[in-house]
Amino acid sequence: MGPVAFVVIAGVAVGSALGLVFKRNPIHGALFLVVNLGSVAALYLTLGAEFLAAAQVIVYAGAIMVLFVFAIMVLIPGKEETGPDPRRAYRLLALPVGAVLLVLLAVVVVSGARGRAPAATSATAAPDGVEAIARLLFTDYLFPFELTSVLLLAAMVGVLLLARRPVS
Amino acid sequence: MIPAPEAWYLALSAVLFCIGVVGVIVRRNPLVIFMSIELMLNAANLAFVAFGHRLGSADGQAVVFFVMAVAAAEVAVGLAIIVAIFRLRRRLSVDDLSLMRW
Repeated sequence: MGPVAFVVIAGVAVGSALGLVFKRNPIHGALFLVVNLGSVAALYLTLGAEFLAAAQVIVYAGAIMVLFVFAIMVLIPGKEETGPDPRRAYRLLALPVGAVLLVLLAVVVVSGARGRAPAATSATAAPDGVEAIARLLFTDYLFPFELTSVLLLAAMVGVLLLARRPVS
Repeated sequence: MIPAPEAWYLALSAVLFCIGVVGVIVRRNPLVIFMSIELMLNAANLAFVAFGHRLGSADGQAVVFFVMAVAAAEVAVGLAIIVAIFRLRRRLSVDDLSLMRW
């Protein structure tokens, strides 16, 4: 059951990621990205990270993608990326670069999976669930947690400043 | 439910990350480039959660929480910058934005 679910969800994730990169219309790309984020949330569920799955749906698929779609609606006139590409040679290099990177990462993953991987310590009371994260966030990670709120405030003020029309 | 091995999750994470890299290089629209960056962040998050699951600790999930917060801030600021550029130039292609290139 577990591996089958993983393969299905992973197929959806990879397909939607490819759709994001290779569809010309950015609004299609945004919708593909929503699908991708949802499938990653499902993968979080299979890993027992319920809190992150919910946060993923709320923060990413909800808030961030609404921002993206809104920006696309405001900015993009229908089609884009038409016409001759002034830097075609560079872009043709992208696929080999991506393939080389993929091979590198695959080597790392495979060697790590069969090498001296540390024994799975799931015996140590697998502290999954919301309670474990909450405990961590408010003890060990309390300072970064508070810094995050400052960061969000700074981002909000900065965005207001950037988006304001210049007073003439 | 028996989960799939963690190495599968890492492999999927690597694939998604590479797709994001290709997207950043190939596309000309800054919005799509931004979305590809989000894709890469998600791939890294998936690797974090998989490692945390393997080690039986919740630290990976805590880190992912922070990544999400930073990504939200980054998207807000980035989209504001893109909108500001569009107001100035009326065009939206990263090839036009070579002002700060040496």
